[in-house]
Amino acid sequence: MRAQPAEYELVVPGSLPAVLALLAESPGQWLPIAGGTDVMVQYSAGNLPARKLVSIWNLPELRRIDNLADEIQIGAGCTYTDIRESEVIHREFALLSTAAGWTGGIANQNRGTIGGNIVNGSPAADSLPALLVYEAELLLVSKRGERRVPYSSFHTDYRKTQLAADELIRTICLKKRFSEYYAHTRKVGARNAQAISKVCLAALGRLSNRVIEDVVLAMASVAAVPLRLRKTELLLRGKRIDRPLTNLARTTAAAEVQPIDDIRSTARYRAAVAGNLVAEFLEQLRANEKAK
Amino acid sequence: MSESSPPSARCEVSFTVNGQATTLQVYAMERLLDVLRHELSLTGTKEGCGEGECGSCSVLMDGTLVNSCLIPVLQANGASIVTIEGLTAKSEAQELQQAFLECGAAQCGICTPGMILAAFHLLSKKPQPSVEDIRERLAGNLCRCTGYMQIVEAVAKVARCGAAR
Repeated sequence: MRAQPAEYELVVPGSLPAVLALLAESPGQWLPIAGGTDVMVQYSAGNLPARKLVSIWNLPELRRIDNLADEIQIGAGCTYTDIRESEVIHREFALLSTAAGWTGGIANQNRGTIGGNIVNGSPAADSLPALLVYEAELLLVSKRGERRVPYSSFHTDYRKTQLAADELIRTICLKKRFSEYYAHTRKVGARNAQAISKVCLAALGRLSNRVIEDVVLAMASVAAVPLRLRKTELLLRGKRIDRPLTNLARTTAAAEVQPIDDIRSTARYRAAVAGNLVAEFLEQLRANEKAK
Repeated sequence: MSESSPPSARCEVSFTVNGQATTLQVYAMERLLDVLRHELSLTGTKEGCGEGECGSCSVLMDGTLVNSCLIPVLQANGASIVTIEGLTAKSEAQELQQAFLECGAAQCGICTPGMILAAFHLLSKKPQPSVEDIRERLAGNLCRCTGYMQIVEAVAKVARCGAAR
């Protein structure tokens, strides 16, 4: 049933301290809403449990990208358009730039925010594997202060996060230490635009004489949370890329993911595609070194 | 669970719609789409899916393409909004309208206002888009009639005319 607007409250405090004060006053009572691309969908369908909402859209403190010497800091309120249009993100973190362009159509990219996407915690979100492979850290903020946590531990279960009831994500921090890595991403979905992925891979690798010095792999839509493929990475590090290794990586990745059957695909298909995407990445990583 | 919340009060929201300053008493969580259609009788903005997938409810908010079904009206306070009704006064939009007619880019017409707004937004950012650009920038607008070819052609035609000037 359609939502009745009269049953909901929305306030716009206008600054980060004012929002944090409200959250601290009655933790868990107020649902933050940024661009509304997730919250409003639930609301319109009459599925939004929260009745009191606080707008964090366009807070200046959350809508900035700072290019520091050793890292870039992306405000959680930056939209996917902000991310796509950032030259420094395109240059240093190309996988995030590409994934931003895959996230919904232009109108949703103009409103959807990276912080909102993280907190929404969909295991199918295309930009989250990119954050995992770049080993992002999140700056969480509340009236009590700030804390910095690794993004890899942020999602604790299906749509559950480490965020406390009075906290917001303030900043996504990305260390600039992957510029020498070969970067690769691949989305498999029913169609190109506006389609939620069946499987999405983000991968970084660095070779020396065909030997893998380092590799980082992460996938969406293959587990309850965006998944880092640590077993497969461990298998690959220090090895020379050849056909037997590629085949072993394929079966290791297919076994490491924990996909489910849902409306978009089946667990069996997703596991097979996960293995194939890792194999494809290894072939391209090797071809890229040859071409150099 | 039948716990019902006390009804919230209406609040005052002011914005500019198609150049005209407007102040309304509305519920903060009313969708901008509903306020445009029901309070302001601007019915050129259509509701298709109501969940941000189809682009029929596209409007420009401070020059940016948005889905008005996903915007609580209080978040539009102070904004400048342009709907299809306001766009048709602009010559670039009239060119798009003409090209849509000539190329057969409209059939049932429900997607057309959103398509024109998305195309206008594209051309204002990138006057000479490639066909790939047009396909990508219009991917958030669904059409169940034309098969898209005529729409892409109509936008490409306006871009070509712009280049020739």
